[in-house]
Order: sequence, then C-alpha cells, then structure tokens
Amino acid sequence: MAGGPGRPLIEIRGAAKRYGGANAAGPLDLTIAAGEFVALLGGSGSGKTTTLKMINGLIAPDAGQVVIDGAPADGEPPHLLRRRIGYVFQEIGLFPHLTVGENIAVGPRLAGWDKARIAARGEELLSLVALPAEAATKLPGELSGGQRQRVGVARALGAGPAIMLMDEPFGALDPVIREGLGADYRALHQRLGLTTVMVTHDVMEALLLADRIVVLEAGKILADDTPAALLADHPAPGVRALMETPRRQAARVEALAAAGRGA
Amino acid sequence: MDERFAAAARLLPGYLSQHVLLSLCALVLGLAISLPLAVAASRSAAVRWPSLFAASLVQTIPSLALLALFYPLLLALSALSQAWLGRGFPALGFGPSLMALTLYSMLPILRNTVAGLTGVDKAVVEAAQGMGMTDVQRLFWVELPLAAPVIMAGVRTAAVWTIGAATLATSVGQTSLGNYIFSGLQTENWVLVLFGCVAAAILALCADQLLGLIEWGLATRRPWRVWAGAAGLVAGAILALSPLMAAGTGPSYRIGAKNFSEQAILAQLIGQRLRGLGARSEIKDNLGSAVIYRALAAGEIDVYVDYSGTLWANVLKRTDNPGRAGVLAGLASDLARRDHVLLLGPLGFENAYALAMRADRARSLGIASLDDLAAHAPSLTLGSDLEFLSRPEWAAVEKAYDLKFRRLTNYQPTFMYRALADGEADVISAFSSDGRIEADHLAVLTDPRHALPPYDAVILVSPQRAHDARLLAALRPLIGAIDVTAMREANYSVDRDADKLTPARAAANLAAAARLQTPAGPRR
Repeated sequence: MAGGPGRPLIEIRGAAKRYGGANAAGPLDLTIAAGEFVALLGGSGSGKTTTLKMINGLIAPDAGQVVIDGAPADGEPPHLLRRRIGYVFQEIGLFPHLTVGENIAVGPRLAGWDKARIAARGEELLSLVALPAEAATKLPGELSGGQRQRVGVARALGAGPAIMLMDEPFGALDPVIREGLGADYRALHQRLGLTTVMVTHDVMEALLLADRIVVLEAGKILADDTPAALLADHPAPGVRALMETPRRQAARVEALAAAGRGA
Repeated sequence: MDERFAAAARLLPGYLSQHVLLSLCALVLGLAISLPLAVAASRSAAVRWPSLFAASLVQTIPSLALLALFYPLLLALSALSQAWLGRGFPALGFGPSLMALTLYSMLPILRNTVAGLTGVDKAVVEAAQGMGMTDVQRLFWVELPLAAPVIMAGVRTAAVWTIGAATLATSVGQTSLGNYIFSGLQTENWVLVLFGCVAAAILALCADQLLGLIEWGLATRRPWRVWAGAAGLVAGAILALSPLMAAGTGPSYRIGAKNFSEQAILAQLIGQRLRGLGARSEIKDNLGSAVIYRALAAGEIDVYVDYSGTLWANVLKRTDNPGRAGVLAGLASDLARRDHVLLLGPLGFENAYALAMRADRARSLGIASLDDLAAHAPSLTLGSDLEFLSRPEWAAVEKAYDLKFRRLTNYQPTFMYRALADGEADVISAFSSDGRIEADHLAVLTDPRHALPPYDAVILVSPQRAHDARLLAALRPLIGAIDVTAMREANYSVDRDADKLTPARAAANLAAAARLQTPAGPRR
C-alpha cells in the first residue's frame, strides 16, 4: 500500500445493512485516513459492530460500497481481503488445538510465507506484544485472559496488515489489565504505523486511545470528531450526555487529587 | 479338546476374514459417504434435517430386514444391468450385505460429525473467517481437528454396530461369524452358537479399544496414541484378512442350503462328492426358501436341493395336485422353459410339510387326520416354522379343512419340537423326513383331501452349470439313492440333544448308508 499518512485508506460510501426489515447500520459515509486510530463508540444496537464488519466483509452491505486503499472491497474474494486486515474481537477465538506459536503463524501461513520467515516472524510477534518466547509452545488454555488477548493481537498482526479492526478487544478483561493492554496497543499502533478502527461502548477507553471518535446511534453517525472537541461543548444532546460521565469522573478524580496534595 | 470346539476353530480363519472384510468395507464406505454429508449438513439446515432423519429411519429398520430388503433390490438392478449393459452382478452375498451395513453404520458417524462440527466454538469460527481462511481451510485447519474426538466416538459406535450386525449377513449368503450362530441354532449345537457370539464380541471389543485409543489420542492431542491405535487396526486387519489372500484358485462351485439340518447335510454331501472329483466348493447356507431359488436362477449359487411341492406352489404358483410324478414332470419342463433351471432328478425321499402331534395327545383326542383335527382346532395352538404360515400350502390346508386354531405361533424349527414336547404347542408343522418324528413319538396327521402337494427332494442346477460335466457327474449318482429312513437317521444324528454329529460327519455317514461310491472321474 503506497502513500503516506493522511491518504484515505478506508472509505465507506453510503453503506447500509438491514436485518429482516430492521435497520442495523447506515446508510453512512465514513472515510478513515492511513495512520488514524478511530473509535466507533455507541451503545448496543448502535450499529458499531455491523459497521466494523462491513470493512472486512464479514458482513456484506445491502447498499452502498466499501473501498479499501482505493479498490472496492467486493472486487476480490472476501478471504483475500481479510488476509490483509487484522481482526481482534472480545471472545478472541484462539484456536484451542494449536499452540500459541502455531496460532500466530496462521496469518503468515495463509499468506504463503516460507518456514524460516514464519519462524522468525513468530519470535518477533511475541516480543511485539510483550510475551516471553517460551509462550510459543503453550496451548491457549494454559494462558491468562490478558495473555490470551495479547496472543490475539499478535495473531492479527501476523502477516503485517496495514489495517487493524478491533471489536471490544479488551472488553472481557479486568480494568487494570485492560488499561495496560490498551496503552500497549496504542504504542504498537504508533510504532507500526497502523490504521486502527476500534469498536467500544466504553467512552473513557475511546477518549484515551483514539485520535478520532465516531459516535453512532441507531446506525447513524451522531458525531465524528477528536476526543478534545467532543469533550468540549458539543451541539448534539446525545453526545453531551455521553461525555457527561467521563467529564464528571475526571473532575471528581481531579478534586480528590487536589485534596490529597492540599492535605 | 471337544470335537465340536475343534471343528469350530478350524472354520475361524475363513469366517473371520470374511467378517472383517465385510465390516471394514461397510465402515470405510459409511465413512466416505457420511463425512462429506455431515460437513454439508453442518453448514446447511436444509441438508441436516433430511439426512439425519433418513439415517435415523434406517436405524429403526431391524438389521435383518434391511439385509433382506437389499436382496430383491439388487436382483432387480442386476436384471436391469443385464438387459441394458449385458452384464449382471451378484445380488446375493457381499453386495446386499455391504449396502445394508453401510447404511447401518451411517447414523452414528453422521450424527457425531454434525454434532462435532456444529459444536465448534463460534468465536473460533469467527476468528478463522476474520483471518481470511477459505471454507475448506477452516474445515481442515480448525473444525475437523476440533471435532475429531467426537467424530471418532461416532466411528467407534458405528464399528461396534457393524461388526455385530455383520453376523446377520449369513442369512443373505455372505459368509461371516454369523455362520456359527445360524448353523449352531439350526442344529442345536450350542458350542457353535457360543463360539460365534464370543468371536464376534472379541472382534468388536478389539476394534472398539483400538478406535478408542485413537479417540483418546485425538482428545488429548497425543499423536503417538493415534498412531498406535491406527497401527493396531491395520495389523489386525491384515492378520484377519490374510486367509483371503492365501485362498486358492480354480473354479469353485457354490452350493446353496436353506436353514435346516437336512439342507446342511445334503449341501455337505454334494460338497464331498465334488471334492471326490477334485473340485472346490463353498456352501452358502441359511438361505431363506424364497431367496434360494431366485439365487439359483440368477446363477449366484450353482446347485441346491429343493422340494417339489415347494417349487410347485411357491415358484410356479400352482394350486392343483396332479400327483407325485405329475408334479415332477411339470416342474422339470416349466423350470427349464421359464428360468433355464435344470431339475436333475429326485433324491428318492420326500420331505413333506405335515401337521404332527404328540402321539399320546392325538390318541386321547381321537385325531388321526386333518379332518379330525378341524373339529378340535379352535381349542388348540399351532406352532409352525418361520415361513409355513405365509406359504400357499398353509393357505390350501387352511381352506380345504377350514382350520381355525386358537392361536398360531412361529418358532425356529428346532424350537418348534421343544414347544410341542413342552405342550406349548399342540400341533406343529413338521417335516416328514425329520428324525425327531420317530424319536419324539409324533403322529403325522393324514391329508385325505390331498391339500398338500408331494414334496420330493430334487436337485436343481443353475442355468450356467446345466451342462457342467463334472458337476453333473458328481450329482447323478445321488438320484434315487437316498431313502427316507436314511435321511431321517442322518437328520436325527445332527438334531438330537446328545452325541450330536456335525452336518459334514452326518453327510459322510449318509453316503455310506446309501452305498455311494466315491465318484470315478478326472482326479488330480
């Protein structure tokens, strides 16, 4: 994929998906530039997961078009498109019969890499997600939840995709581990120059990780702006309500910290 | 060692190899059909419900009936193929057994494979799709490995069922460990029955344990267990099948026999005479009497002994009774014309269907003929063999004498005599050449209205062998050579409770009693 940051990498053009008459998402337009970290934020039924899965073809839109790096997504078999897009989701879905090493080698194997290159990539991936090299021979069942999701991220990065799609990736983890993993991933995103689209219902997570937040409601885009702009007074009442909680929490934490310093 | 046990052990390599070959082929074929079907079924509900329903339906059909159903089906297909392609195929023996057992093996494999594949964690499937696996890659890399232990459990069940049900293949002319059971039941040789049961059970147990080892290896992801199990199966199969590979060459005659002692003895007698001429033969025994004639006409067996009245009523569907000579002459010309079957001639004795009672009981009730019986029938129970009540002869007797029994019960022939002795049945459908008539002091009721046709034992030869000089040379001396006393004695020597002889020994004694010379012919 040629071109520097800022070039449109993912373009959703009037894409829409309906399930049995009910609108799941869209029609919506959304353009994501190379290098961006975008959070799709919304409650359940807002269409955020549907929107994400339309990007890698796990869900085919009924109308409109998805364009990846200038080429229509439906112009090639969906499995070929997906091999170039990393995908991480809450349930992780590690292959339980394969070791960690074999799990993270699946992407390179699908891409047709040779054995030596796959082996070298395996070590590299484990160190990228801060797992010890010995983890390679373990089965997923022997790992903790946080370690498993690290393997999930490593596996998605396997064949070196430019785009990462993440669906509530850290949703099942406890808060401390979740925060650490989020920060680690944000650093990886920066370091590898990835373009990341992350679905979350957690406003704080979206605010802290993303460069840009797209707020969805009933399948439509309610707001699309930087975290700072959204936190400032936004015209849409829905967005204002959404930002109320983190703002109040931050103020309260700030007050507590000040009181601590004052004491 | 008991002579009967030794005789049974000698038959083991032949029976076991056939049994293993049949079960193995049925299982492999069952797998080859069920696995792809199960994959399709796991992906589409439109395939899943019909295929599982059909497989369950097959399972509700008793396995014996399933085997029996495939014979006429294959016979019809063979006739079609003969007409269109100029080549028929055997409808008896391996073919119908294989088809029935294959169907029988499918349900557990199908059900477990569908359950295993649909039971794969949805998140794992989503991950496979999300990573860009094709449907085929997802199947072989992820779904099949994960479902493998469940699938193997299904294969295990199928293997045990198939090995067990394969014993029934004997009844459609396929040699199996069931030959022990059927022959033993027929001649009340419990050593033989037990030998067959134990052999089949050990075989099933070994297959189950080795498949279990593979299943365990798959579940615990220990490849060496899988390989050990597979190696054990392969080694066992090679060992069991080795007698087949060592089997000799040269044309072999197939001698048919129905499911009672006299037939087993006469088949042995024919086999011994062929051996005297240096010819090999094999006996297809325990065939049903409806199946056996069609098998001969279709050339699946070469020779067997039938009874004139049976052929007259059942094959030619005649209800008239032109007398002994008239029936024989009519049969010889009609069977030759219709099916090109050669009626070589009568053996010299009759084995008629006759109604018999315990002599003391008949005397006390004052019953000597079927006319006398008709008056008492409403208070009596008729015990019959498995087919008598569905044969035209029974319909004729029932009509001629207006017989109405209190109750009708079916028995395996050997149990029928027991039932009569115990008083469970008052009247039975006996065979006039049966040694037990004299031994058990039975009275055979006369048939003053001639409702039952004559039942001369006759040798029938298949169309292809009708001009086979060696076969005819072996058979001709038997014509008119066996009288009813000699036959009864031979039958009794096999049927009696103590000091039983094997059918082969009885046949040798019968040949001696009939003063049959060892045929002088081309010797090797």
